[in-house]
Amino acid sequence: MPYKNSLKIISRMVLAACVGTSMPVLSDKFSQEDLDRWQQEFQSVVERGENLFHGGLQSRNTVSCDQCHPNGANTHPETYPKFQQQLGRVAALRDMINWCIQNPLESDPLGLDDPDMIALEAYITQERRGVELTPGRH
Amino acid sequence: MSNYNRRRFLKAGGALLAAGTLPISLVELAFGKDRKQNFTFAYVSDSHITHVRGKQFVRNWDRGLIRAVAETNLLDPKPDFIFYGGDIAQLGKPEEIDHGLEILSGLHGDVHYVMGEHDYYLDLGEHWRKRLGPDHYSFNHKGVHFVVLNSILTFDDWMYDKWSSGEERMGQMARLDNPQGSPFMVGEQQRAWLKKDLDAVSKDTPVVVFSHSPLQKIYQGWNFWTDDAEQVQALLKPFDKVTVLYGHVHQIQYNQIDNISFHAAMATAWPWPYPSSYRQQAAHVPKLTVDMNRADPFFERDATGWQFINLDTGNVDVSYVLPDNSNRVVAWSDAAGHPVDTRYQAEADRIPPQTHY
Repeated sequence: MPYKNSLKIISRMVLAACVGTSMPVLSDKFSQEDLDRWQQEFQSVVERGENLFHGGLQSRNTVSCDQCHPNGANTHPETYPKFQQQLGRVAALRDMINWCIQNPLESDPLGLDDPDMIALEAYITQERRGVELTPGRH
Repeated sequence: MSNYNRRRFLKAGGALLAAGTLPISLVELAFGKDRKQNFTFAYVSDSHITHVRGKQFVRNWDRGLIRAVAETNLLDPKPDFIFYGGDIAQLGKPEEIDHGLEILSGLHGDVHYVMGEHDYYLDLGEHWRKRLGPDHYSFNHKGVHFVVLNSILTFDDWMYDKWSSGEERMGQMARLDNPQGSPFMVGEQQRAWLKKDLDAVSKDTPVVVFSHSPLQKIYQGWNFWTDDAEQVQALLKPFDKVTVLYGHVHQIQYNQIDNISFHAAMATAWPWPYPSSYRQQAAHVPKLTVDMNRADPFFERDATGWQFINLDTGNVDVSYVLPDNSNRVVAWSDAAGHPVDTRYQAEADRIPPQTHY
């Protein structure tokens, strides 16, 4: 396939260029700059989650997550997945986030891979940092 | 619980016969052997009525208050009066306060009101006072001196200068975990009033104080806190028997500081986690408190249980009835000199749902 072939050619050219400069290529190397940027990316999602958690979600009845869970407390993300006796199955944290959105908030559930869902999980988990993982705990 | 059982329970007065889900507190004050002086009162708190749009209000919070009113009217013995512990509204809107008061108007009997921060920070309590009168006052009833304080005031610059509108100010104060929040306080003016009020009361008179925020310091990050708590406590210190009953925290809390017993009421709206379950900050939940049984979020009224309080010779015994959970009795212990849970106080006796983390 022409596309694959051209990729091969490009990769050979890159290799040749690198050998030519005699600089070793360390594909697993990353810098402090990278670390800072990645942390920043993470923090921006945590902040987005914090905002959604505190009234930023499109809540049909205006109720927000933080009304019952200040600082994300009483969500114990470290215990999921666990058997949720009311659902009769093992559930993930995001299943419970959707339960709250559908019931106290009387709103439509998020897709499980929705960036808003990831942001809510990031905020809740960040507020619980340092706590030992205890999946299945009640 | 069947209607039959509930009726039996309500008729039985002090005897706890069956589990119920009454989001109220029945308070019995029984002083000595003079039965004529004994009386009860009910305590309803924190309904957070929320306006959505038009004539729509958040159904869940409405149902909690409607139920509390219905259950209070069934109480036997009939309470002498009812206390409302604050936070009728969620965002202080006149339509929220009016809607809440319309539901509360179904109560049979006089109601005394305490100002909550959710009633206050939109218009600095103007609509609330227009409907209900002064926010601090005292009265005597059958040998007991009752005091009501507005404990949710804060620093002048936060109140008057920091925000562009009442809506913004209310929105900020409504967020419990707000890093831009400001601590509650009774304030100098009310403390001066309280001192004068208490000067006229003999020191062997039992005193019951109502505030919205705890008149003790638990966790400032969520405003489970009153900044001048120690100064208020100092004014109460000369009395033999003092009880402080407060709302705001939406959970079972009890404590003893010198001569003062503290008890919190549960909310009709929703329960709150204990501050100690937030791992990023230190909190000072009273060591005495055995946590309420953990909420089952799938049951709307869970952890909005009620308390039956027997204030025998000025010391408080509280019976908590928790929906879908074992009942709790927190009784005054002469030996310990503070309230103890009669079943669960010892760490080894606690049940798994009482472990919050």
